Formats: sequence, structure tokens, C-alpha cells
Amino acid sequence: MSDLEPLLLSCEVALLATCISSALGVALAGLLTLPRLWGRELIDAAITAPMVLPPTVLGYYLLVVLGRESALGRCFEALFGSPIVFSPLGAVIAATIGALPLITKAARAALESVDARLVGAARTLGAGPVRAFVSVSLPLARRGILAGVMLGFARALGDFGMTLMVAGNIPGRTRTASLAIYDAVLSGRDADATRLSLIMTAFAFAVLVGAGYLTRGRPNVF
Amino acid sequence: MSSELRLSARFRGERVTAGARFTFDVALDLGPGLNVLFGPSGSGKTTILSVLAGLLRPTEGRVTLAERTLFDAALGIDLPANARGVALVFQSLALFPHLDGLGNVSYGVPRSVPRRDRRDRALSWLRRMRVEHLAKRHPHSFSGGEAQRVALARALASEPAALLLDEPFSALDQRLAAELSDELTRHVEAMPLPVVLVTHDPALALRLGRTVTLLEAGRIVRVGLARDVFESG
Repeated sequence: MSDLEPLLLSCEVALLATCISSALGVALAGLLTLPRLWGRELIDAAITAPMVLPPTVLGYYLLVVLGRESALGRCFEALFGSPIVFSPLGAVIAATIGALPLITKAARAALESVDARLVGAARTLGAGPVRAFVSVSLPLARRGILAGVMLGFARALGDFGMTLMVAGNIPGRTRTASLAIYDAVLSGRDADATRLSLIMTAFAFAVLVGAGYLTRGRPNVF
Repeated sequence: MSSELRLSARFRGERVTAGARFTFDVALDLGPGLNVLFGPSGSGKTTILSVLAGLLRPTEGRVTLAERTLFDAALGIDLPANARGVALVFQSLALFPHLDGLGNVSYGVPRSVPRRDRRDRALSWLRRMRVEHLAKRHPHSFSGGEAQRVALARALASEPAALLLDEPFSALDQRLAAELSDELTRHVEAMPLPVVLVTHDPALALRLGRTVTLLEAGRIVRVGLARDVFESG
């Protein structure tokens, strides 16, 4: 049974990518809510772009930046002995880029909906901007952020185009579930394609329902 | 007595809210004790408190507290809110909904107090405000008066050099407002710091204020003894 391997790989890649893009996304969202920030919408657009650009464009950019001929790629290969591209790490990076805008957007919206007076109160009580962010803004925005993280995870789980371009389609190494479905269809294994597709659909559905509960279920107060 | 804690401010600026532009131009010199800032809603009371607390930056002017300069546009000084030692109790109270009563008051206790003492310090403030029973409860379950007391305890726990109160009793019924304002007066008398209380309620202003600053449309129109200010108005 070869189903399990790509599914497990997909989960591993998506989990790692979600962790990275959550940390990055929340930090970026925090930055975007600073009262005096030059070029706020420009930064937001740059982070959002992966949502609307074709995966091939993004994959191509990643190849240019991380490929074996690039400075970054050469550095990495000299240090660790293997290239970033066509490795599980490449798949993680591709999934991270896919998840980042979803998480950043949700986190920004959640942070902006926190009552500014609460943050102001924290500041007048002696909290610096970082402490106010960590101890007041973050806990109060956690539902919205968590919903974004779940969406990001679902997105990371399903990445196809970028992963194919950056990480390739190497069985056992970079062949995630979405790539395995593509393979199955190409080689006429319809039953495999159906099974994997149904599993992925059920998973995505569960995640979306969970995220919906988090954003609309109860008010942002315990 | 050592050097007096005076809060002096002279500033002007504007604030744009919901498309409307509001300009303010204010000069205040407030000594220790209760100072009442009176004006109708929309006269800029909250704006002034925000400037004093460091949450809103005026375009020009200067704010000093005792010997410290909190803001000076000409010198480019603008101490952040957390470094001013000015506690502000919002009209909405702004209690942290995710923290219990003790957590809220502990938040105010200065970081210079060792961690193990912060809790005791916070508890003693809750006790002083007679709301010790709220230590383990969250703000959504507080009554109006209880929330007011916790907010005051939190502000005082931060050991401020000045205390700003925005319409502190507006959400309470008259009896409770009277009771709390008497209590507040007692607390304030024991502390040598300037307390600025903002209200649109003339009865409260008369009750509390020895001196009243009358505000209209972002400008101070009169300063004086409460009785005189309201009589000539």
C-alpha cells in the first residue's frame, strides 16, 4: 500500500511549514499593526502576492533564489552537503510560502480587532510595546490567529505547483499526497487517485469547519 | 515636603476621528490632589488625557511632571506611555478580559518589584479597594462598581506619579457613584500626586472639585473654584 507514505510526508511537510509560517506570520502581522509604519500596504501586498500569483511563477522565483546556482543554494550546499531544491526542505519552503499569506492576513485582522484601549491601558501600566503585544494583543487575538493557522495548514497540505517545481516529485522524499494524486491520474490508477483525493478532501473539510468554529463560534472572550 | 508633583502641559494638535477633524489647544497646571476637568461630551477631555498619558502625540507643546519632561516637541522628546508614570483609567475601564482580578492588578505592579512579591502587592491593592473577592474572577462577571474598583486598584498598583480618570463613575447609579467618589477622595488625599478627573456631570464636578477647569471645543474657557466656575457660566 503506497498511500500512506505520501500522506505522511504531506503531514510532516505541512506541520513544519505551518510552524514556520505561524511564527513568521504573527510577527509580520504584529509589524503591520504598528501605528507608524512606512509602506504598510506595500508590505501587505508583498506578503499576499502568493495567494494570487500562479504557482509556477512562485516556483520559478524560488528556484532562482534557492537553486544550486544561486548564492543561497551554493552556501547551503557547502554547509550541509546537499542542495535545498529537490529535497524535503524544498517542499517545506514551498508549503511555507503558500501558508504565510493566509496566516498573516488572519493574524493582522485579529490583532487589529483587539480593542486599542486595552493595549493603551497596558502601555500606561508600564508595559513596553513587546510586552503589551505578547501579554494583551496576542491572547485576545488568539482565536482569529488560530483560525488562520488552521487555514494555513490546510493550504500547506495541499500545495502542488510550487512543490513540484522546487522539490520535484521524488518518491519517498518529496512526493506529497497532491503529487501522488497527479502521478496516479497520469498512470491511469484511478482508484488510487480517488482514494487519496477523498482523504485530502475530508481533511480539508474538517480543517475548514474547525476554523469556522474558531472565528464565528463564540466571542473573543473566555 | 519634597518637591511637589505638578503636572504642567501646554500643547496643541489635532485629531481626526471618523472623518471629523478636531483641534485642541490647551494649557494646564495641575497640583497634587483632585483636579476636575469639566466639559460637555466632544469637548476634548479624553483627547487631553490621551496626550498626557502618551497615547496621542500633539503637534507642538510641552508636558512636564515634576522635574521630568514627558513631551517636548521643540526638543524632540516624547517619552513612551510606559515610561511616563502616568496611569490612565479609561471610561471603558479597559480591564483585560483574559485575566482575572488578581491578574489585572498584578499587571500594574512595576516590574522592579520581585516576582514573588507582585502577587501580594496586587492582593493588598484589591483589599484596599475592598474587592479582594474578585481575585479569581474574570471581568465579565464584575458588576459596574466592582469593575471600577478593580480598574482603580490596577492603576494605583502601578505606583503612578499622576493618575488620570476618564468619566470614572458614568456607568454607575447615583448612590454607588457618590459612595465611590467619596472613597476616591479619601484615597487621593492620602497620596501626594496630581489626579485629573474628567467629567461631564456638573453635580460630580461640584461635589469633588476644589478647582475646576472648564473645557469647550478643545479649549480651556475657565479655571477656578468649582462654585465660581459654574456660577459665572
